[in-house]
Amino acid sequence: MRSNVQDLVKKAAAIRAEVLKMIHNAKGGHTGGSLSSVDILVSLYYEVMNVDPQNPNWDQRDMFILSKGHSVEGFYCVLADRGFFPKEELLTFSAYGTRLAGHPTRHVPGVEVNTGSLGHGLSVGVGMALAIRKQLYRRVYVLLGDGELAEGSVWEAAMAAANYKLDRLTAIIDRNRLQITGETEKVMRLEPLTDKWESFGWAVREADGHDIAELAQNLADVPWVPGKPNLLIAHTHKGYGVSFIQDKPEWHHRVPTDQELAAALRELGGGRDHGE
Amino acid sequence: MENKPCRRVFTETLLELALSDPSIVALANDSIGSVTLGEFVERLPEQYIEVGIAEQNMVGIGAGMALAGMKPFVCAPACFLSMRSAEQVKVDVAYSEANVKLIGVSGGVSYGALGSTHHSVQDLALMRAIPGMTVILPCDNRQTRAITRQLVAYDGPVYMRVGRGAVEDVYLEERDFAIGKAVTLLDGHDLTIIAAGETVSIALKAGKELQTLGYAARVLDMHTIKPIDREAIVTAARETKGIITIEEHSVHGGLGAAVAEITAVECPVRQRIIGIPDEPAVHGSSAEIFRHYGLTVNNLVANALELLQLSLRG
Repeated sequence: MRSNVQDLVKKAAAIRAEVLKMIHNAKGGHTGGSLSSVDILVSLYYEVMNVDPQNPNWDQRDMFILSKGHSVEGFYCVLADRGFFPKEELLTFSAYGTRLAGHPTRHVPGVEVNTGSLGHGLSVGVGMALAIRKQLYRRVYVLLGDGELAEGSVWEAAMAAANYKLDRLTAIIDRNRLQITGETEKVMRLEPLTDKWESFGWAVREADGHDIAELAQNLADVPWVPGKPNLLIAHTHKGYGVSFIQDKPEWHHRVPTDQELAAALRELGGGRDHGE
Repeated sequence: MENKPCRRVFTETLLELALSDPSIVALANDSIGSVTLGEFVERLPEQYIEVGIAEQNMVGIGAGMALAGMKPFVCAPACFLSMRSAEQVKVDVAYSEANVKLIGVSGGVSYGALGSTHHSVQDLALMRAIPGMTVILPCDNRQTRAITRQLVAYDGPVYMRVGRGAVEDVYLEERDFAIGKAVTLLDGHDLTIIAAGETVSIALKAGKELQTLGYAARVLDMHTIKPIDREAIVTAARETKGIITIEEHSVHGGLGAAVAEITAVECPVRQRIIGIPDEPAVHGSSAEIFRHYGLTVNNLVANALELLQLSLRG
């Protein structure tokens, strides 16, 4: 690890607090999914990916796609904290005329593609990985939601990535097991997920999606198997980090009240160690 | 020069350009034959991406390649490219401002008796409604070649539709075409005929026939449906007694609608829209379908004469 893990754990807690403030301020947002993705984003943007916030289109950068575009709040917080745009802008989230919309667009420095409709990101990631085939040091990361895997286009992309042996393409599944209606396994059964991806020709690993060190080690280590694209199933909790939000489907896009925000910030305050 | 299908002229031109520009890539959906990409694939295998029968994935991949700096030409039968992947076109390409060229081959009713699954007569309506999308229908070999060359230099999403069969020459000499600028093929002040793609040669013949009957029709080749040449339309509406559009597309949402959107606001004028009515097209060859729905010189002339009669009565 290049960074101190404890510092990154504190960073993730601070970003969760910022996410809740943004959503509270905007009176709308995707609370649960944003909180579940934060540790994945922190490991990518502070430890794994080569990016240059001063030059977002740097032609040697690693590329990231937030295919689950609704988890945008955490993404904006990470981009702002890394210096892609001023942090003060975060409070314009969802405001009239803002560039910080409820799903990411390329008008925001650091965003590679507009997302928000599910099932698109992995195909775009395949395209990027094909485009950088000859730049052997570059990598592409795509963060997918687990509910999103019901979209057929995800599997078209999975087939193509394996067909083209895109081993510097990594998909990460934010496996929080909840979607808006309830448990993923009740809405549309996904398991056995590992078998599915392996049968499509991917190298599959699993990790604790809230253990930044474990995530970073896996994500930096690609390709895991030469010639195979990489799939990391990151086991997460929707709403992770706040006791009364965590694992509650109703917090998919519920907005915290003033009291709930204060309570959540108390829980997140002081950089409590979520690493376990 | 021997006439070829415009899809072949497109791929020949693309190959010529791609030989000196490695950032040009072609993508297709198990359609090397339909698109006529055989020679391209043989000579530039590294600049070709086969995606299999998966149009949504194909357009997403194209967007990703463009966003990473390549110049992808995403080629497929127009029917599948425009509708199966409509959301990827809307989001990954247009909304994301990705420099993707979408090439719909065998457009309109080119596939004839294969039926409505294979017809693309809603594609212009759909593509036209997407912000940032440029929509082009070249009408013959020379225009296809000239516009394909321009597409490589043009930074932004484009949907270009070409037909399946060989077409007659409209342009007898090489020339340039400006995207968004109509070409006046015949000038006249009695009425205006506006066409795009395969219907341009029909419009030109009808215009010439009207001349022999003593009427001066203005004939416009509206190769760019979007952004459409507003000035040419308004001028035609002001200077002539009426406008007839003719298109290989549904009468809803295509060329006729695009023209009417402008005339209705800027300069209301008598107008007729010739195209495919709101029904699954009759089965038959593409020429038979054209005849069935009056995409013919005779029907165009008849409509022109009626419209002129009406204008005489005031």
